[in-house]
Amino acid sequence: MSEPPAVSVDGLVMRYADKVAVDELSLTVERHTITAVLGPNGAGKTTTLETCEGYRKPHRGTVRVLGLDPVADRRDLHPRIGVMLQGGGAWSGVRAMEMLRHVAKLHAHPLDVDMLAERVGLGDCGRTPYRRLSGGQQQRLGLALALVGRPEVVFVDEPTAGMDPQARRTTWALLQELRGDGVTVVLTTHYMEEAERLADQIHIIDHGRLVASGSPLDLTRGGSVTTIRLVVTRPFPPGSPASLRTALGEAIEVVQLDELSLLVTGPADASTLAKVSRWCEDNGVLPESLTLGQRNLEDVFLELTGRELAP
Amino acid sequence: MSAPTTPTGAFAPMPGAAPLPRMVLAQAGMEARLMLRNGEQLLLAVVIPVIVLIGGVMGSDRIGLDFTRSAVDTLTPGVLALAIMSTAFTSLAIATGFERRYGVIKRLGTSPLSRSALLAGKIGALLLVEVLQVAVISSVALALGWEPSASVVGVVLAVVLGTAAFAGLGLALAGSLRAEATLAAANLVYLLLLAGGAVVLPMSAYGDFGEVVRWLPSGALGNAMREALNDAGVAWRELVVLGGWAAIGTVLTAKTFTWE
Repeated sequence: MSEPPAVSVDGLVMRYADKVAVDELSLTVERHTITAVLGPNGAGKTTTLETCEGYRKPHRGTVRVLGLDPVADRRDLHPRIGVMLQGGGAWSGVRAMEMLRHVAKLHAHPLDVDMLAERVGLGDCGRTPYRRLSGGQQQRLGLALALVGRPEVVFVDEPTAGMDPQARRTTWALLQELRGDGVTVVLTTHYMEEAERLADQIHIIDHGRLVASGSPLDLTRGGSVTTIRLVVTRPFPPGSPASLRTALGEAIEVVQLDELSLLVTGPADASTLAKVSRWCEDNGVLPESLTLGQRNLEDVFLELTGRELAP
Repeated sequence: MSAPTTPTGAFAPMPGAAPLPRMVLAQAGMEARLMLRNGEQLLLAVVIPVIVLIGGVMGSDRIGLDFTRSAVDTLTPGVLALAIMSTAFTSLAIATGFERRYGVIKRLGTSPLSRSALLAGKIGALLLVEVLQVAVISSVALALGWEPSASVVGVVLAVVLGTAAFAGLGLALAGSLRAEATLAAANLVYLLLLAGGAVVLPMSAYGDFGEVVRWLPSGALGNAMREALNDAGVAWRELVVLGGWAAIGTVLTAKTFTWE
């Protein structure tokens, strides 16, 4: 019998009052991967994660983590997972290392807390009460608390929010080392770069629905797709995306980002660029900028949802 | 999607829950330390009861309370009851309210610590703090000339059932209100019971109203402590009352409990 996947979510529906937060979501997280759940704020990422962690019962559908029901089998499951909450999770008066030692004591084979503190970069704030830690230090302690029990699967919710760039890179390296050591990492993020750099698999969700899944390479089609961002000085005339698409040919996608900008995606080359300029001339549109780039996750998200990923 | 290359890597999974007694002890020790570290809680736990005791003994002849025994013998059991009430009810409710607010309960909700182990840890912390309170208050009372005639069984039963009754009510309060509202309500209830709940002063001081207050957890605990420390007896009826309050508190707590 093959071992069950780290996480399998099947037809999950979650509601708050009359608002649907997660809508028929299905996804799988394979073991020993870093899997990112990417989406804008309010997409249902945290709700999905908290259902996997056993905080919420699915209103419909099933969730299994390591083959176990997170609510019914919590006693068996919880020792095997590590959870990094989006914030908080410690007494205001507890010292950082005291908190880490305490959670270590709840586990059978905890990591060496001093090693762990050094690895996450808690540095010399070990004796500082939690309420006096900076946001980034609290995040690092949160990550250490998730790892100290030597879990098989860690769930990290926006792990680098509030971290400075250096701490962010340290955290990324640590998450990659975890995967190398056989830990499955499930992370939520709204940073495109974080997902693109770290993840083996990305699930993009929006309005509680899965809009795309794949490796970063699959999703961006490995840089074979080029984008042209066209920004103009006066609002586009009505029907512009359609007329531009007609001018450019079949393989090209055109999405209107706002009244002053359009995104052109496809196997674009110099002649595409020339066609775009000609279309501007023909339609009396004055370009302010015309930017060429390779398609990234941000563009994928835009194409799929018509909205920007970052708020 | 690299397979685990070094199974002996620093973070190689080796999950498992600690043995239950170790988890409960760790939780009890942690919560007791935090309680004793907090100045306001310490004030409530030790300083106020000691002031009530000393003030009561010094001032009893002046305010003309007519006790059948010495003032210190009359007041000490009630002051011990007050100390237990302050820890098991007020301190616990406030601490738990803020644990919920700060996400501590949520954080522990995905740790190997089960809900019942968390509860056992909290009760352990209360008993640890109460042992310290009893030691301090008894020392002060003895210095003031206290001559108890004690039933150990009566005292232990009163402390344990009183703690259970007040802890159940305190947790139910913390489960149903926001942290700030819990803080206010827990302090208010403490003051009301201190003044009118027959904790420190015997029922007889309340006249006809005494028949009512003996059914309150405060009156029952105060009476049970007085019976156990003044008459070396076991106040079965008040212990049953405390058991009833503990049952009510447990049901309410189970209903209001959430990890968030």
